[in-house]
Amino acid sequence: MNPRLYPLAATVAIFLVACFLCWLQFPYMLSTRVAGNLLTDNAYLGIVAVGMTVVILSGGIDLSVGSVIAFSGVFIAVVLRDTSLHPLLVFALLLAITTAFGAGMGALIHHLAMPAFIVTLAGMFLARGAGYMLTIESVPIQHPFYDLIQDAYWLMPGKGRFTLIGALMLASVLAGMILVHRTRFGASVFALGGGEATARLMGVRVARTTVGIYAFSGFMAGLAGIVFSVYTGSGYPLATVGTELTAIAAVVIGGTLLTGGAGYVFGTLVGVLTMGLIQTYLVFDGSLSSWWTKIVIGALLLLFILLQKGLLRLSSGRGAAA
Amino acid sequence: MLLTIRKLTKTFPGARALDGVDFDLAAGEIHALLGENGAGKSTLIKCLTGAYARDGGEIVLDGRPIDPRSTSQAQDLGIGTVYQEVNLLPNLTVAQNLLFGREPTRWGMVDGRAMRAQARAMLAGYGLDIDVGRDLGDQSVAVQQIVAIARAVALSGKVLILDEPTASLDAREVEMLFDVVRGLRDRGLGIVFVSHFLDQVFALTDRVTVLRNGCKVTTERTADLDRLRLIEHMLGRELEQAVEAGARAHASVDRPELLRFEGFGRRGAVEPFDLSVGRGEVVGLAGLLGSGRTETAELMFGVRAAHSGEARDAEGAIPLATPREAIAAGFGFAPEDRKTDGIVADLSVRENIALALQARRGWARPIPREEQKRLAEDYIARLDIRTSDAEKPVGQLSGGNQQKVVLARWLAMNPRFLILDEPTRGIDVGAHAEILRLIHEVVGQGMSILVISSELDELVAVADRVIVVRDRRHVAELTGEGISGETIVAAIAQAHEPGREGEAA
Repeated sequence: MNPRLYPLAATVAIFLVACFLCWLQFPYMLSTRVAGNLLTDNAYLGIVAVGMTVVILSGGIDLSVGSVIAFSGVFIAVVLRDTSLHPLLVFALLLAITTAFGAGMGALIHHLAMPAFIVTLAGMFLARGAGYMLTIESVPIQHPFYDLIQDAYWLMPGKGRFTLIGALMLASVLAGMILVHRTRFGASVFALGGGEATARLMGVRVARTTVGIYAFSGFMAGLAGIVFSVYTGSGYPLATVGTELTAIAAVVIGGTLLTGGAGYVFGTLVGVLTMGLIQTYLVFDGSLSSWWTKIVIGALLLLFILLQKGLLRLSSGRGAAA
Repeated sequence: MLLTIRKLTKTFPGARALDGVDFDLAAGEIHALLGENGAGKSTLIKCLTGAYARDGGEIVLDGRPIDPRSTSQAQDLGIGTVYQEVNLLPNLTVAQNLLFGREPTRWGMVDGRAMRAQARAMLAGYGLDIDVGRDLGDQSVAVQQIVAIARAVALSGKVLILDEPTASLDAREVEMLFDVVRGLRDRGLGIVFVSHFLDQVFALTDRVTVLRNGCKVTTERTADLDRLRLIEHMLGRELEQAVEAGARAHASVDRPELLRFEGFGRRGAVEPFDLSVGRGEVVGLAGLLGSGRTETAELMFGVRAAHSGEARDAEGAIPLATPREAIAAGFGFAPEDRKTDGIVADLSVRENIALALQARRGWARPIPREEQKRLAEDYIARLDIRTSDAEKPVGQLSGGNQQKVVLARWLAMNPRFLILDEPTRGIDVGAHAEILRLIHEVVGQGMSILVISSELDELVAVADRVIVVRDRRHVAELTGEGISGETIVAAIAQAHEPGREGEAA
């Protein structure tokens, strides 16, 4: 097997082992109901993690996405409350805003040669603040169209609900896979993650690619915001605090190298599902505190960082020996 | 001629990197470009590949004047470059690297199968048997280098520049690479080969052009050259007579010994050597790039710890495992690359001068600002540092003045032993002479100095004694009248035979 597949294989193996352990204790966990809920509950996280994967593959980071999701929910709720625009139009408007917001951050990162960390940290505060500007309380969304999409699902055999937002998440992952692994843009993203100076020498249009990467992340954050508003039926400026870090964790557990240049979008999906599975297990168990999720996620993260370091050492050692 | 360069000139603040250089390259030729560090090789190449915009002169390729503004433009014109550090992406597959930016697509998506097929076809003529679907980083450096060449040839196809391509290869891999390069010559490419391994130059190239201090020294057929003359061209000794008169004044005085290094060495850097340094003596270290001269200095200053031997003075052994210990022992070191290792560009002249002194006093006892100011102004006057005032960031000074600030910093510490690695690199002639004058002045006050230089006339001018380094070994020691450009060149060029002080006159 190609060594670049090892982290992905490890991710998938851990997920399968986790599934097996859960099944041993609670056989019912391997039902379509649980699977459907897993997809639905983690839909927004999965979507935003796809954007984050692209950013991290390029060697960057985007800390603004949690705030952007919250802003998106508030924006939708307030606009639907105060105007008579159709939600689809509001969605389009919102996606245009968040994409432009991401593109702006990308442009700053490139043209000012600033670390992505600091620029997106500013973006995080800006987006959170913009949410508060619109409202400081939770705004419920009441619109017939929302009722329609909230109830849109396909009843799987075994009574599991395959919801629209779950499907949207899987579609996002698929789109991300094609974008990253099957386009020239994706190749440029990997090139940037491998080294900006080299990428430039090889003919990557660094400015355009950087802007594109953060614009894509902004778009995905907006999409995740829409999904989150459908999921919760409201907009609240204090929602999804720290989601950016959860997304980063999912990406790393999914086998993507945190320093960029290596990884798979599919791994991110598995990472998200692994984290969701742990949560589901705790719900089934009922006696454990929900903080155990964090502890397990922390341990998994550590495991993957060590795994990647080990692989890196292995491959560089071999390169020197050859 | 495939490529003709006429009167190429490039100036940086404080230094003229290229001064009216001519160069030409025929199709089906391997042309070596040689010179010491700072001779202008890399500037010439960067002008050719569009990384730098030239200030004057013209470049004609295939009869058309060209003016590349970026690497990709140069590539489109037909000029491809392969660097010492492989400039490909180890995290992509071999195929992705070969076809980056020109991936075959199907319905807007990259067609992996077609890409691998094309990559295999590109590598067909190179005698490589590798899986193009594997990461480039999994391959040996030699294979990576050949992949880089294959990519450059496929993209450009007229001129191929190889910039120190063999620096990290072993002998077998070098031979493999040379076979590839010879094959490309036979296909009619013009190849520029930059290397400081003279054996490889003689083995591979058809003609040689030597640069020194930004000027072209000569272009000759490799077959007409011998080692000795080539090294003479690279190090230069025309000025020897002019400087010799002033140099001999302090030649044959007996000096009390200040320091003695015994069996000092480090595996892979320098073989163990003995060296004694007298009080008020200038010891020169001569040798080609990569011979072990800088490593010797680094060992003496504890930048890298010695594996064997010890240093001692009249009071006993001196620990030299870290620069901190070396400073405590009264050593100073002005490194070769002052931009990255010597100055803190954003700090002012005053702060840079006070830096090492402050480090020795410890953070708890700051030097009063008044004293710093007095110190700075004192040295600005003494060393004639050209700056509008002491608060100007050092980065804005010219190269020669930056070097003087580095010197001032160490002089302020009043070390007993000061190591200067290429103190006159990249600075203009006037400042050059002043720095040599300064060296004379401080040794007159009893300081001992070790000077590393690739300019022979400079060593002849300042050194009381010259150690010649070759192949990471101290091979000869020249003293007094024995120091001349000729004897140094002879010692450097000498065939590989062990024996110290064989050249001492």
